[in-house]
Amino acid sequence: MRTPKLLTAAGLLAATGLAGLAVLAPVARADDPGTATPTTPGASASASASDAPPTEAGTNFRTATPVKQGQQATASASAGDYLYWTFPADTGQNVTVKATVSFPSGAVRHGPSTWQIDVYDGLRRRQACRYGMQTRTAAADVTTVELACTLRTVRAWAEPWANDPLRGAYYLRLAVLDLPQTDLGLPVQAAVTATAHGTAGETAVDGSVAPVVTANGPDLAPDGGWAGTWWSPRWLWTGGGGLLAVLAALGAHRLARGPVRLSAPRYSGEPVRPREPAGYSG
Amino acid sequence: MIMRKLPAAAAACGLLALLACGLLPPTAAADEPTAQPAPKVELVLDVSGSMRARDIDGQSRMSAAKQAFDDVLDSTPPDVQLGIRTLGADYPGNDRKTGCKDTRRLYPVGPLNRTEAKAAVATLAPTGWTPIGPALRAAADDLKGGDGTRRMVLITDGEDTCGPTNPCDVARDIAAQGIHLVIDTLGLIPDATTRNQLSCIAGATGGTYTTVQHRQQLTSKVKQLVGRSDEHTVTPVATQGAAACDTAPELRQGLYTDRETFSENRWYRVQVPPGQELRAAVTVSDDRAVNAGYGVLLRGVTVHGREIVRDDEGGSGRTDAVSAGIRYPKPAADSGTPPETVCLQVGNSFSAPASVKTTPGLPVELSIDLVKSPDKPSDVAFFGLGRGWWLLGLLTVTGGVAGLLSGWIARWRLNTGRTV
Repeated sequence: MRTPKLLTAAGLLAATGLAGLAVLAPVARADDPGTATPTTPGASASASASDAPPTEAGTNFRTATPVKQGQQATASASAGDYLYWTFPADTGQNVTVKATVSFPSGAVRHGPSTWQIDVYDGLRRRQACRYGMQTRTAAADVTTVELACTLRTVRAWAEPWANDPLRGAYYLRLAVLDLPQTDLGLPVQAAVTATAHGTAGETAVDGSVAPVVTANGPDLAPDGGWAGTWWSPRWLWTGGGGLLAVLAALGAHRLARGPVRLSAPRYSGEPVRPREPAGYSG
Repeated sequence: MIMRKLPAAAAACGLLALLACGLLPPTAAADEPTAQPAPKVELVLDVSGSMRARDIDGQSRMSAAKQAFDDVLDSTPPDVQLGIRTLGADYPGNDRKTGCKDTRRLYPVGPLNRTEAKAAVATLAPTGWTPIGPALRAAADDLKGGDGTRRMVLITDGEDTCGPTNPCDVARDIAAQGIHLVIDTLGLIPDATTRNQLSCIAGATGGTYTTVQHRQQLTSKVKQLVGRSDEHTVTPVATQGAAACDTAPELRQGLYTDRETFSENRWYRVQVPPGQELRAAVTVSDDRAVNAGYGVLLRGVTVHGREIVRDDEGGSGRTDAVSAGIRYPKPAADSGTPPETVCLQVGNSFSAPASVKTTPGLPVELSIDLVKSPDKPSDVAFFGLGRGWWLLGLLTVTGGVAGLLSGWIARWRLNTGRTV
């Protein structure tokens, strides 16, 4: 009797957990920037054109070109231009921005040039890079420069006085910091990608803030909307903890109650008559 | 009994968690910009005598420019109004005064007739001087009117030798008229002086400077620049900040531009209703040569002078702009509560060498957003889920204690003969 009950309890718990995971998993996958954007066969030409990665870059915050996470945006530009892109980043994401500047073989450069990427949040506040080569100097004979910047984890909430990264739009600026005057205006090719990894579990904070996307610019949102990251190892920790609590409760219950003899005729039939003590007579 | 209740409780917990996930606040929808006015572009082509030089892929600079124009005219987006202006196309003589006035509207800014425009370009022959400054002024006049974006593409192979005004100052004056005109410059095999002048013109208006060495590059670059005029962006509204908060202009949600001279502070006012969050971002561009080491300050101050929030950003070295941003969530209140007036102070600590003109001031772009946003953090992080060994230990101990208690109760009931 007890053993089947226990098994049923554990099975039900596991089923609940699995069902929860099954519901959550697709959402988690939709947030994953690594997966390709889904394309429906019936999509119109204009829709597929807007899904294509941008081949132009903006020249200031106002004209920054929107780019999705995981897409590689390219642009042909001149050395000395300031190139701007903008992308959405959601709560819990650890965003890494990578940029590649390549120099066409035709143009002769006269000296080293220093390139830099800067990331700004939706309020145009410059964001710190946790790691990654944000600035690099290219010698006159190299053909490409690789730059990278990993932002702090995007938080759900921050005090108004802090400049912690919040979910919303982010601006990426690629510029040359220093170059020989003779090389100003020479053609360059730029390619940038913004990707995110990790979950909010470890760094989740309380509260929420409306996405920091200005109404004075393009309407940016991740593919699945501002859902936040749903998947986190916290589900496993908490679910596992609940399971352990149930097991501990069952064990302790049994230990404290002690064995119950189910075959005991205590509750069945007529009560046992007390035997008369021996040696009692008349 | 207890054992039968436990799975039900667990299932209920799971359901609750799922519901909580489904009830997340929906995405705030921003207003879509509606029908855009037609963008205007003017191509300003240098037809001075030096354009005869045959150094672009074996062709003359002029024929390369003509071929590029043909391609560009074919690929101009249909809603772009395109015009063409020449400089130095008509006066072949040596009189500096006459030569320096030589600029002509070849094709008016308006709906494009490709055949007519191409025919007009075909008539051009390299002739005279290089009056860039007057051509820029005239082109700015051509682009006046309408609310669309304005862009000018200047293609030249030499610097302005007409004087006395530097074309770079002319460009800055045009930009300061508040017509949001961007000038992109293309230099055909230029020397150092030309490069400095053209990059200065581009920098003064937020445009780009490109050195052109091949015909194909010229074509693709002009195409790219004409295409950029078709970008659908919000057109900023010109405003003028005051020296103090009580006389400051009142701003609503939107994008604003202003001019601020070196080390100046300007004030603006915003009404923030309760329950809304003020989000302000300011960008100060350096449109001329400035000293290394600069900064921008943005403060939100009450009408009584108490600072609410501030942000500042500094830097050194080459940059196009410095920006700062603040947000101020105004706590929700009763419906009768009037909005709070927040004074915004925008300051900059740019400085320039004595040779640099300080007027007009540096371009300032101010973005104001008022959004509904919670001002207090909720109590739970990540749906209230926890993590870590301490959590597991605590849950296990709690479960164990509960089990012991229920076990003892069960034992006591058995011993006392109670069945329920």
